[in-house]
Amino acid sequence: MTTASLTFRDLTLGYNSHPAIHHLNGAIRKGSLTAVVGANGSGKSTLMKGIVGVLKPMAGEVVRAPGVRAAYLPQQSELDRSFPARVVDLVSLGLWPRRGMLGRYTAEDRAAVSQALMAVGLGGFEKRPIDTLSGGQLQRTLFARVLLQDADLILLDEPFNAVDAKTVGDLIALIKRWHGEERTIMVVVHDLDLVRQNFPETLLLARQPIAWGETREALKPENLLRARRFHEAWEENAPWCEPDGHDHGHDHGHGHAHGHHHDHDHDHGPRAA
Amino acid sequence: MDTLYGIFVAPFADFAFMQRALFGSLMLSLGACPIGVFLMLRRMSLSGDAMAHAILPGAAAGFLLYGLEILPMTIGGLIAGVVVALGAGAVSRFTIQREDASMAAFYLISLAIGVLMVSIRGSSVDLMHVLFGTVLALNNEALILIGGIVAVTLVSLGIFWRALVAECLDPLFLRSVSRMGSPVHFIFLGLVVLNLVGGFQALGTLLSVGLMMLPAAAARFWTVRVEPMCALAVLIGFASCIAGLLLSYHASLPSGPAIILSAGVVYFASILFGTRGILRARIIHHRHRTA
Repeated sequence: MTTASLTFRDLTLGYNSHPAIHHLNGAIRKGSLTAVVGANGSGKSTLMKGIVGVLKPMAGEVVRAPGVRAAYLPQQSELDRSFPARVVDLVSLGLWPRRGMLGRYTAEDRAAVSQALMAVGLGGFEKRPIDTLSGGQLQRTLFARVLLQDADLILLDEPFNAVDAKTVGDLIALIKRWHGEERTIMVVVHDLDLVRQNFPETLLLARQPIAWGETREALKPENLLRARRFHEAWEENAPWCEPDGHDHGHDHGHGHAHGHHHDHDHDHGPRAA
Repeated sequence: MDTLYGIFVAPFADFAFMQRALFGSLMLSLGACPIGVFLMLRRMSLSGDAMAHAILPGAAAGFLLYGLEILPMTIGGLIAGVVVALGAGAVSRFTIQREDASMAAFYLISLAIGVLMVSIRGSSVDLMHVLFGTVLALNNEALILIGGIVAVTLVSLGIFWRALVAECLDPLFLRSVSRMGSPVHFIFLGLVVLNLVGGFQALGTLLSVGLMMLPAAAARFWTVRVEPMCALAVLIGFASCIAGLLLSYHASLPSGPAIILSAGVVYFASILFGTRGILRARIIHHRHRTA
């Protein structure tokens, strides 16, 4: 089975005409569990935003397989914690894909909310106001919402920040359960040991993919070294990236799904480096 | 018993203008108070004030062209308010500028235009009605208009409730599951304008925002959920209208300020005695549970 859940075609994402993701090509296989790794500013969160669609591409496109619904847990949530809502109200937002704006919540839905809270170890927290939760509890609440969204594509941006070791274990177990259910999962992680232990595939980013494939291969010391040499700052007067000899748009690095050994070393845009 | 009747019931029972004033202001509370709750929760409390000022040139234009007629002034105010709300909202949505700054810019421009237009016509006592309202002189047209505005407000809130709550609570999440984020924001701004315009005949452009914000701000001290907060704000609005009208009747005070000041009294009482108010938090909070 090598159907792609997501396909990147010459995708460039960024801010103020500076790319944070530069000419990315490739595909995310359906049912894969991929860790997205890289230094600060290497484009990990930007890629997530691009996939969800809250950031429009500067060039190229992200193609979702038809019918794929995404759930997204952002790194910097815009959640207003002073809003007068209870845990159950926040988690119930995850029913949106199923019930939309007008659909009535059924008893079944309410049971699903309770189950989701139970699954993240917050059983009985339904009536707690959200401004009384600790950082880790809030993170688990948001996980419960992702659980409830019942999405085929799950994007988690640094979900383990401010979460204690036991909870990380619980959340990893949840991610593995999703993986077992053939959902496609991408997780931005900083802890490389965690990646080696739990994630079959890794995308190592430094504005461009340094390595992409099986985790053991992707996280080889020479790749990590190359990723580390990546220059984080924008160069104000970096030359403009012009389309040139290598035809970014077409049949270049996609049409094949991942899971093999290839290093996605496209080495695009050398003039901008 | 007779004195109680004389104080509380007779003014409304005996005078048709008091009945109209009561009916109009209660309807206003029904729509404006829940809108105020959302304005407050979105940290746009002062935007309501800005919007109220922004309505002035539209109302002034209606006044210049047709004199002191409710319909032209209302439509004028509506247009000016919508232009400012959409303009400021669009600038904040599509540029890096935040809504507070764009709103300030747009309403100041609008206010200046309004003052300019008023000065063309020269000073007028009638204009005092625009600024400070005439709740005791609500005619049938005005009551029908207010009724329509309330109906539109309540129906819209009913339809967009979930999206509005989601947009306040976690806008990024809403954007990730739905395209409703921007439309619901603009619909909400439209409702704000609509309710301010509805209020300005009764309370004046400057004070109509008071009936929106003060009950909402007071209700915040009593509950930790949105639905009861809106209901409570409406009840506080009702009480303020009744108290304000009675005060204005018995003490011969202008009715608009009397209503808003009544709401102000509830607000201060709530700060002190609310379940999330000062006394509860500072003084009674010594006991705690074991877990």
